[in-house]
Amino acid sequence: MTASSEGVRRVIRRGLGLMLAGFAGLAAVYLVALRFTPMERFQGLPQKIFYVHVPAAWCALLAFSVVGVASILYLWLRDPRLDLFAESAAEAGIVFSLVMLTTGPLWGKPIWGTYWTWDARLTFTLLLFFLFLGYRALRSAIHDPAERARYSAVVGILGMVLVPFVHLTVYLFPTVHPQPIVLKPSTPSLPWEMLRTLLLSLIVFTILLLGFLVTRYGLGREAEARGGTDGR
Amino acid sequence: MVGPNGAGKSTLLRLLAGLARPSAGSVLLGGVPLTRDAAARRTIGLLSHQSHLYDDLSAVENLAFAARLHGLVIDPTGNARRGLAAVGLIDRVDEPVRRLSRGTVQRVAIARALMHGPRVLLLDEPLSGLDPAAAEQIAALLDDERRTGKGLVLVSHDVHESWELATHVHLLMRGAWVIDEPRSGTLEQFLTRYREALHG
Amino acid sequence: MADLLRAALAIAAKDLRVELRSRTALVSALGFAAMVLMIFNFARDSAVVSREAMAPSVLWITFTFSAVIALNRSFALERENAALDGLLLAPVSRTAIFLGKYFANLAFVFTIEAVALPLFLLFFGVSIGGVVSGIILTAVLATAGFVAVGTVFAAIAVRTRFAELMLPVLVLPFLLPPVIGAVQVTSRLLAGRPMSEILGWLKILALYDLVFVTFCILLFPALMDE
Repeated sequence: MTASSEGVRRVIRRGLGLMLAGFAGLAAVYLVALRFTPMERFQGLPQKIFYVHVPAAWCALLAFSVVGVASILYLWLRDPRLDLFAESAAEAGIVFSLVMLTTGPLWGKPIWGTYWTWDARLTFTLLLFFLFLGYRALRSAIHDPAERARYSAVVGILGMVLVPFVHLTVYLFPTVHPQPIVLKPSTPSLPWEMLRTLLLSLIVFTILLLGFLVTRYGLGREAEARGGTDGR
Repeated sequence: MVGPNGAGKSTLLRLLAGLARPSAGSVLLGGVPLTRDAAARRTIGLLSHQSHLYDDLSAVENLAFAARLHGLVIDPTGNARRGLAAVGLIDRVDEPVRRLSRGTVQRVAIARALMHGPRVLLLDEPLSGLDPAAAEQIAALLDDERRTGKGLVLVSHDVHESWELATHVHLLMRGAWVIDEPRSGTLEQFLTRYREALHG
Repeated sequence: MADLLRAALAIAAKDLRVELRSRTALVSALGFAAMVLMIFNFARDSAVVSREAMAPSVLWITFTFSAVIALNRSFALERENAALDGLLLAPVSRTAIFLGKYFANLAFVFTIEAVALPLFLLFFGVSIGGVVSGIILTAVLATAGFVAVGTVFAAIAVRTRFAELMLPVLVLPFLLPPVIGAVQVTSRLLAGRPMSEILGWLKILALYDLVFVTFCILLFPALMDE
């Protein structure tokens, strides 16, 4: 099932379009967050990282779910495009987990005096990051495309099943670190201006995720058409 | 079944054995589609390049294990010894397989493939790597099996060694049949046609 | 069903027989466990960290890491002579193959734990007097889960070039819930906490086992296709 190269190029163009929209939106988010959103009383300027940190975590989790669902569909339908889709989602997920894992310490240091805490959300995203890495490592270690697709699908599904357990055990894990107020599971109600900015950021980040996903998928299809199924 | 390297002979055997799924088409055995379920596997015996044996276990232990997997639970060890004796192996059957010569290992592998009484034997280069004496023994064994009515699919890249055994000859090149007919004429005539097909 | 179990037990018995002949994996894992315990003893500043505080973590790190070492062998041995093809050619279901490997791996890991636990008690001078059965129950629950996942990943890793490296990379995230749960239960048992505090964690361990053994059984056949 080779797509027309014109069709594939259209996919890439759409993906790039989404990415462009996403980055433009990101600039808008920065503007809104810095200029049009009230300063948080206790944390001050560093709190603004929140508007990047939380959506990044959300997108990492979303990407991860896409990998899981695409993996299930692949094992059911055996369509190689689903495998490529999962691979693209995994790569996008790595990007967002990295964003989340770097903004976390950047936010943490000025507020809590420490770069890292083992709070539920950071630990959880760190774990997602390791799962993504393992998934990628496995993919680069198997060269036969069908075998690679099947094996990564199994890992993707098991990873998805793992996530609730990690959430459960890490959340229940007693910690000596003071829980930062905003990151409590029962999020206190944010004032409307902040909530609005957060929602805007969530939408923008999701568009970015979609852009990365679609572009990567298109590029993968193009590479296939050119005849390269290197072990990635 | 003969053909140059890379023609697809081993792949075809794996498809016939049910180890691989065809990307298109299906395999029929006696007109009946060969499914990949357990029952179908009882009708086939495979002898491939690899022996499928556990080096640390003895020939008897290997065959007894295979017997258990095939549901022969009443006297697996006895069955194993009988299966080995049927291919002429009585000595050294209690030693670890890693200590046996290639010819002996080949015979153990054949015994393993035959033990469950398959209708069809698939053989991937059964005589390669054997000294002439061992090769002759195995060829005689295979001929006996053929006479009992079993179907044999013998893959080889060396026409000489398997010509006498064959009732039909197939030449596979790049995944397609070039010759597919009952054996007729002499070996030299066939070799000429083979060479022509290779260079044509 | 009976056939399935019979085939699985035959495969498990074969695995155990092969391992008892060569003993390589078992000896390596046991040696590893002993060394890890020794290193932990010296990697502790006794003025700052008490043995009791470290004990549960040390026990579970030793158990899981030694298990990962032993797990590789379950499919590595099928690589020689393409023995796995022999299994796939036999009239046994893929599930029977998984269960056979799983049972054999459970036997190995329980053996490693059975040897490592007394060593641990010896080296760390921890008394588990009244809570032996609790510790054993925890060990069984936690092990049953992560060995299932480990078996699946061993089957995957063996097809890659650096299997011994790929297996830990893949399996470690999956060890997090059982290890957290096991350490929580163990430390509470050793501290003599009431059952009510422990039950929740035991339920999580049991749930993990149920979910992952089920998924592993469901997904394993996909690995054996071609």
